[in-house]
Amino acid sequence: MQNVVVVALLLGAFLTFRMARRNDLWRGAGRELRRRRPLALAVVLVFVVLALLDSISWIGGGSAEDEGNALARHKPRSVIDRLFPADFRERSYSAPLADVEFYGGAPLLHPRSHLLGTDILGRDVLHLTLKGARIALLIGGFTSLIVIPLALLLGISAGYYGGRIDDAVFFLISVLASIPSLLLLIALIMALGRGPVQVCIAMGVTSWVGFCRVVRGESFKLRELDYVQAARALGVSEPRIVWRHVLPNLMHLVVITFVLLFSGLVLSEAILAWLGIGIDGSWGQMIDQARDELSRDPIIWWNLAAASVALFGLILAVNFVGDAVRDVLDPRTLREDR
Amino acid sequence: MVAYVVRRLAWGVVTVLGVLLLLFALFFLYASPEQMARRAVGEKAPPDALQQWIENHGYDKPKVWNPEDPLDTLLFEHYRRMLTFDFGRSDADDSPILDQIRERAVPSLTLTVPLFVIGLVLGIVLSLFVAFFRETYIDRAGIVLAVLGMSVSILLYIIGGQFLIGKLLRWFPISGFDPNPVLIGRFMALPWVVGLLSGVGGDVRFYRTVFVEETGRDYVRTARAKGCGDGRIMARHVLPNSMIPVLTRVVVAIPFLFIGSLLLESFFGIPGLGSMTVDAIQGNDFSTLRVMVFIGALLFILGQIATDVSYTLVDPRVRLE
Repeated sequence: MQNVVVVALLLGAFLTFRMARRNDLWRGAGRELRRRRPLALAVVLVFVVLALLDSISWIGGGSAEDEGNALARHKPRSVIDRLFPADFRERSYSAPLADVEFYGGAPLLHPRSHLLGTDILGRDVLHLTLKGARIALLIGGFTSLIVIPLALLLGISAGYYGGRIDDAVFFLISVLASIPSLLLLIALIMALGRGPVQVCIAMGVTSWVGFCRVVRGESFKLRELDYVQAARALGVSEPRIVWRHVLPNLMHLVVITFVLLFSGLVLSEAILAWLGIGIDGSWGQMIDQARDELSRDPIIWWNLAAASVALFGLILAVNFVGDAVRDVLDPRTLREDR
Repeated sequence: MVAYVVRRLAWGVVTVLGVLLLLFALFFLYASPEQMARRAVGEKAPPDALQQWIENHGYDKPKVWNPEDPLDTLLFEHYRRMLTFDFGRSDADDSPILDQIRERAVPSLTLTVPLFVIGLVLGIVLSLFVAFFRETYIDRAGIVLAVLGMSVSILLYIIGGQFLIGKLLRWFPISGFDPNPVLIGRFMALPWVVGLLSGVGGDVRFYRTVFVEETGRDYVRTARAKGCGDGRIMARHVLPNSMIPVLTRVVVAIPFLFIGSLLLESFFGIPGLGSMTVDAIQGNDFSTLRVMVFIGALLFILGQIATDVSYTLVDPRVRLE
């Protein structure tokens, strides 16, 4: 099931890429982006590849069968899981590359092999950190898949058609926008229940409003433009005008919003994780669990450090890419740079 | 002007009613009182215990429509209570919510008001500075620093601040609160520093964009042509003209002055409204959570009306019709 989703996503990404290649504007923007932020793009790509590798999983095969671990043999394991031995666990904390356990000093099952040490349950921190990439991209990606179509649908219908629809959408926007977003997010998760899908839905509901407002304003402007008027005068049907003339002129906003939304979503999941209503296995949860470890003596730093560096790296790269995307695609900033 | 304010207030009232409807839908229709009871009493509680909990908390009325008495419903009760600020008792420990809010508002305000004022001044001064040196290395370094700063999770700022300043350097206590004005600076210093650090990156990046956009305008060129100094241009020409986006961003922060910063309060052991909200989340205390969301929304709506009116003060070109 999960693998089908991965293949579908890859196919969708490939098709979008093909379409973008054929369009001069997008091809130019892509080239400009690669020129400006090669490093940040590469970092984002690494995270995406990690997430995809962790999403493809199957049962059996690999090291599990050699070691005859009955439990591991019947659980689907992803490509990332298979990079590590099936029983790559200790009993509790151990420092990076240590021979012995951190407390007590009992010999480890896998001495000198945990690059980033192990956490309180003896799980390998490097493994957990790599798996966190999938959760982070799930939060950002899946939520955007909710936000963008919803905001486009409501925003265009409000801005383009106006009248009653506009009143209704505007009311909905004002209501949702007037609740402080963190409180609304918490209220939604409390009502919907806890779990990855619920968290993504709640984040989607809280974050579509801002984008919807932009889309509404923009399609309101587009409606009055000459080429849209011309299309209408020529008798082109309304849905076709929206599809051919309005939507393509909103696509740059979609891309900008997606990239800028992404980092905010991942960061707010970290806050949710700390409130105890986040998603299992996220970096936020790792940071939350590592909170007391700094007050131990001697301190345990590798758990916190690994999760924070991974989170910081992804967010920083996405923020840099986001800024560059906005500079490249937003017509208002173009004159400033060229 | 008066007509505009009246219309704006009327729209505000409609929005508040909408917020209440949303809260009702979430906390009574979607998550029903039965579910709340089950979460509060326990997953395997006997049915009569659940029923007892529902009755004790007054959730046993018909939800939307009561054929005998149309006003005796949960929906009406919800609206009546919220609009008259008769918030009732907490679902978790039966304490009156309004008293709790009164008691906890002071610590929240001592945390957030100075943080807000210092943060605003710092953000604007720093971004004016960066915008003054636009297109130079100072500007680039400023942007990079701002993006670096906003890429760090606030959790990390708090944990790092507590560890570095509180534990290693021992400058300030790690957490705690004392209403005594002499001690308050000691306890608040660390939360203030952490709050400032975590917010300043995003602020500088936003304000810089606004200021830089404004410095490209014709009137700035004119002022320079007439021999006006660069510092004076920034302070007297650019800053007042970019007040509208700045004000708009500031309003968003107003509800959190009162609600408090959830994370800061609960990490630093400040008994304010933010930690009250966190307790409500962890204790499945739906009635307190409803009230906090309602108050947050109410403050935000009032703040928005105030900003719209204050646009005329900062920018005489804006006329409210």
